[in-house]
Amino acid sequence: MKLLKCVVRPNSLDKVKEALSALGVMGMTVSEVKGFGRQKGHKEVYRGAEYNIDFTPKIEIEVVVGDEIADKVIDAVKEAAGTGNIGDGKIFVLSVDQVLRIRTGETGDAAI
Amino acid sequence: MILPRNSGDFAKQHPTLTLSGRWTKWGVLALLAVFALPGSAFADGLDSGDTAWMLTSTALVLFMTIPGLALFYGGLVRVKNVLSVLMQCFAITGIITLVWVMWGYSMAFDTTGMIAGERNFSSFVGGLGKLFLRGVDSGSMTGTIPETVFITFQMTFAIITPALIVGAFAERMKFSAMALFSILWSTIVYAPVCHMAWGGDGSLFGDLWGSLDFAGGTVVHINAGVAALVACLVIGKRKGYPERPIPPHSLTLTVVGASMLWVGWFGFNAGSAVAADGAAGMAMLVTQVATATAAVAWMLVEWMKHGKPSVLGIVTGAVAGLVAITPASGSVGPMGAIAVGAASGVICFWGATSLKKRLGYDDSLDAFGVHGIGGIVGALLTGVFVAKGLGGQGLGDGVSIGQQLWSQTKAVVFTIVYCGVVSFILLKIVDAIVGLRVDEETEEQGLDVTLHNEQGYYLER
Repeated sequence: MKLLKCVVRPNSLDKVKEALSALGVMGMTVSEVKGFGRQKGHKEVYRGAEYNIDFTPKIEIEVVVGDEIADKVIDAVKEAAGTGNIGDGKIFVLSVDQVLRIRTGETGDAAI
Repeated sequence: MILPRNSGDFAKQHPTLTLSGRWTKWGVLALLAVFALPGSAFADGLDSGDTAWMLTSTALVLFMTIPGLALFYGGLVRVKNVLSVLMQCFAITGIITLVWVMWGYSMAFDTTGMIAGERNFSSFVGGLGKLFLRGVDSGSMTGTIPETVFITFQMTFAIITPALIVGAFAERMKFSAMALFSILWSTIVYAPVCHMAWGGDGSLFGDLWGSLDFAGGTVVHINAGVAALVACLVIGKRKGYPERPIPPHSLTLTVVGASMLWVGWFGFNAGSAVAADGAAGMAMLVTQVATATAAVAWMLVEWMKHGKPSVLGIVTGAVAGLVAITPASGSVGPMGAIAVGAASGVICFWGATSLKKRLGYDDSLDAFGVHGIGGIVGALLTGVFVAKGLGGQGLGDGVSIGQQLWSQTKAVVFTIVYCGVVSFILLKIVDAIVGLRVDEETEEQGLDVTLHNEQGYYLER
């Protein structure tokens, strides 16, 4: 099993969610995050005082998938969240040791 | 402010009819029959149109402070301090109401000892004849309106003035220090300056110097602005200023508040005619014109200098225009108002941005940059655009623009020096008694939780 942490543009969230649903992904966790990479922040001016805001708002989608569809899911996120411009985001792929559904006690792929 | 000469004597000369016992019912009916004519009134000299407008104006000016100014300022501070600013404005409204009815009104408007054209102690401060509103009842008159309405109308001015100063020391002053300072300052600075400008015959600015201040350029704005500058210098900068960004937490609240100020200001300026007449109408028109001009002027200057027209810029420009037209609103015409508005928009932009940055003080919400500078611009330009040739209401007989400008300058300089020195002393006294500033950890955590045990926004579910 793989955990995908996908940091994407806030306005890509709907497209990513639709793409994942189409692949049969049943759930995900979404957080509002801030950060920076190669995309620079922006400038804000309040009564002449200029502030450089380094951290840009992003959405982080966490989703756990079975090994056999992991590559397909990664491609789908890449497709859905990509605009070709700096700031599209990143996908981190981590191995997951175990998953357990609290209600039933199921583990492994059955719990995803 | 236009007051009939010797307005204080008016009520004495026209005592209200007193009715008692079983005659009351018939007496009232008879009175109604006698006065049931157009423009009827229950007290001698009362004009119901004037009274209706002044009741309305009073509500409008109170609305400027709560919630107008409170929201304008509340939006400009950080999330952790929003309640502290709302609280300061609300508490000042309560405290100054009491100060005003106990001694403030008397010290500002009791005319005992005043003689037209003569300078004596009473030229500087009102008497104590109206302490605790002694002698005021529902039949007392000020000109054509009940004195009760005049007292409340002026009370709303006394309330907003110390509330304006809050902008300079926001996010770091102790609540107790703020309350104590407001009481002392209203008593020793506001009431005398109000008296000097609006006390009537024998008053220093209004009568002896012939300075024009229709609605409070010196009394309210220069006074509050200078006290604000002194306060932010005495209390010091906020922690992290200017290295760390301190952006406004909600410009939405600020725009709502600024819009309320604009609307409420019609009561402030057009109400200062103390009548529903042509002067009130002209005051309303020039207020609208100057405010709109200043809003657009600030927007354009900022657009040119920083590349974008900002929301905070346009609303701050509007407030600068409102401030500057305040002393001028009984003197200038609509085209003069354009000049006053344009000058205040540009000069206050410079005051709140370049001047503040260059001198390095932390006037957090630009109380001095907008009210101090805008008040001075307005008070001086009043002396110019009052001239008939420039569309104004006309200078006094034999008075030149230069002479009027000198009258204006004297009142401005006197206010700056008196207010500056006394405010400094009062701040030092308050510092010695309760301490002006919260400690570093309190400031870091924010005043809402530490001083009030509350949070402005509870967003957890």
